[in-house]
Amino acid sequence: MNCLAVAELRNGALRKVSFEVVTAARRAANAAGGGEVHALLIGGPGIGGRATELGRYGADVVAVVEHPALERYNPEVFAATAAAYLRAHPFRCGFFPASAQGRDLAPRVAGALRLGLAADVVDFEVSADVLLARHPVYIGKAMATLRLAGSPALVSLRPGAIGPVEAPAAMRVERTEPALDPGAARVAVTDLAERAAAKLDLGEAPIIVSGGRGLKAAANFRLVEELAAAFGNAAVGATRAVTDDGWRPATDQIGQTGRLVSPQLYVAVGISGAIQHLAGMRTSKVIVAINRDKDAPIMKLADYAIVGDLFEIVPRLTEEIRKVRAGQ
Amino acid sequence: MKIAVCLKRVPDTESRFTIAPDRVSVDTAGLKFDMSDFDGYALELALRLNEQQGGGPGEIVVLSLGPEGTQETLRKALSMGADRGIHLACEVVPFDGLAIAEALAAELGAGGQNYDLILMGRNATDTGNATVGPMTAAILGWPCVTAVSWLELKEGKGTAHRELEGFTETVEFRLPALLTIDEGIARPRLPSLKGIMAAKKKPVDSRPAALGEPRVTVQAMELPPERTGGRIVGEGPEAVPELARLLRDEAKVL
Ligand SMILES: Cc1cc2nc3c(=O)[nH]c(=O)nc-3n(C[C@H](O)[C@H](O)[C@H](O)COP(=O)(O)OP(=O)(O)OC[C@H]3O[C@@H](n4cnc5c(N)ncnc54)[C@H](O)[C@@H]3O)c2cc1C
Ligand SMILES: Nc1ncnc2c1ncn2[C@@H]1O[C@H](COP(=O)(O)O)[C@@H](O)[C@H]1O
Repeated sequence: MNCLAVAELRNGALRKVSFEVVTAARRAANAAGGGEVHALLIGGPGIGGRATELGRYGADVVAVVEHPALERYNPEVFAATAAAYLRAHPFRCGFFPASAQGRDLAPRVAGALRLGLAADVVDFEVSADVLLARHPVYIGKAMATLRLAGSPALVSLRPGAIGPVEAPAAMRVERTEPALDPGAARVAVTDLAERAAAKLDLGEAPIIVSGGRGLKAAANFRLVEELAAAFGNAAVGATRAVTDDGWRPATDQIGQTGRLVSPQLYVAVGISGAIQHLAGMRTSKVIVAINRDKDAPIMKLADYAIVGDLFEIVPRLTEEIRKVRAGQ
Repeated sequence: MKIAVCLKRVPDTESRFTIAPDRVSVDTAGLKFDMSDFDGYALELALRLNEQQGGGPGEIVVLSLGPEGTQETLRKALSMGADRGIHLACEVVPFDGLAIAEALAAELGAGGQNYDLILMGRNATDTGNATVGPMTAAILGWPCVTAVSWLELKEGKGTAHRELEGFTETVEFRLPALLTIDEGIARPRLPSLKGIMAAKKKPVDSRPAALGEPRVTVQAMELPPERTGGRIVGEGPEAVPELARLLRDEAKVL
């Protein structure tokens, strides 16, 4: 059966999560006995030009909705349009990114259609009539396997949980209209302001280097930033101890009340590993911890830990990573 | 303003969880319960909105769906300053956000209530779903803004901020509206002794929850896979070359 992936744009460019949902839809369509992957792409005029990128990850059909008033996200119009598209086609599953935008959009669509939604899913399995989805509960202290019977089953996928896999398809574009007049929407996004410099976002970076109170002062975050820069593809995160003290912006906070991340590599520098912090990063593929306390909880969780003074270890690691990368 | 705040009673996340014999839930014996973190922010925001407005006619109704013990959570909200409570009673709270949303919407949408605002948490700390708010709004047909980190209300209109990945989104909306509240907007107050005394006299109505049919069920509940972590590569800067080698050759992340 066919599957749907709802793509996500930021300032006219496709976000990585868009390729992840297309990859998931491809996987689900194959598992459900084969079928086409439709990607829904809603945006401003000219956005259809992005459709080929979705085809590269396995979208057979890209349904393009272009409208001058939809350059920015519009929750009501996007939800009505996705709901209408799901109503008009018999899909086995529909995938949304569990990004900030997707977590707003998916439950609106599910609510409007009275359909089951498995939110913030890290893995899934699909058969002809049942979809099983893995979703961390109790801030990651337990893992639920959710069961959705019937079609379409809706899922939002945690960014980074399922990496994009190229699977080029002979893609065709179909044009459709917004299902609600943007002028009639009661909620409107009037501004989208980028915070600080354009750095790799925590949700998209394959590597995250995070610092905690062990850094002692805001200025010492330079060590963390330099290590991130040495990796070349890393973002900088922080604990709440640090964001509460204003050393880093609140938006850098990782954990139960901050961002939930699953990078390939998570480097925790001077972080004790409080349960609320672990809640946001324990699904990382590989965890490295640098802490002078060998009994800190993060050291039990880490795949690789170094015990000692971060002020000696981190600069050395930065140097070593630069060396390794220079040799590649 | 007349504001409804939906509160969920959840186990304290500091708890050590074990899996119940049914294998589809956690064992709740011995767990401490309280209102979910973000719901505390939603309640505090409601209290401040009506305090700022001063004197005018305002009412804060707190609503919670759950078993008997849920009334305790409602009492706490009343002791923080809410005016009255509604307990939607059921033995087991379903996991499915839609089933809960249907029950909340049936109560909130019943005629003659005229709420200006319905507030919920961004997500409950037990389910981590973040679905009940927008689903309830969809069923009620109300405007909805999720994960609000900053709010201003003026003459029947609202402006909110939402934190996206690397961006701050500004959203304008019309009242009445349903908002879900992010952390940090207003740190919840502690109940005062006076508040606790006053709460004893405030009304809490209990009626059966009109739960929807769940579309999503829990098939299995497990503790997270044990990380095979805890490997100490070494001590001090001397361990760094070995760490870099492991990251490159074993973990293959470089
Ligand atoms: C409701 C609630 C929600 C919360 N949400 C979050 C959240 O989302 N995210 C979050 O992060 N926290 C959250 N917290 C806070 C959390 O409980 C911890 O307080 C916080 O994560 C601790 O941050 P930290 O590890 O930086 O500091 P600490 O716990 O103080 O740890 C500092 C670590 O640095 C090490 N260290 C010190 N000096 C050195 C040195 N020279 N070299 C090497 N190591 C050194 C120490 O051994 C220690 O392990 C929340 C708390 C509550 C109650
Ligand atoms: N059983 C409940 N009773 C009252 N409010 C609830 C209940 N479940 C969820 N909510 C509200 O919906 C929000 C989001 O919950 P969830 O979608 O489960 O993450 C919570 O923060 C509450 O405000």
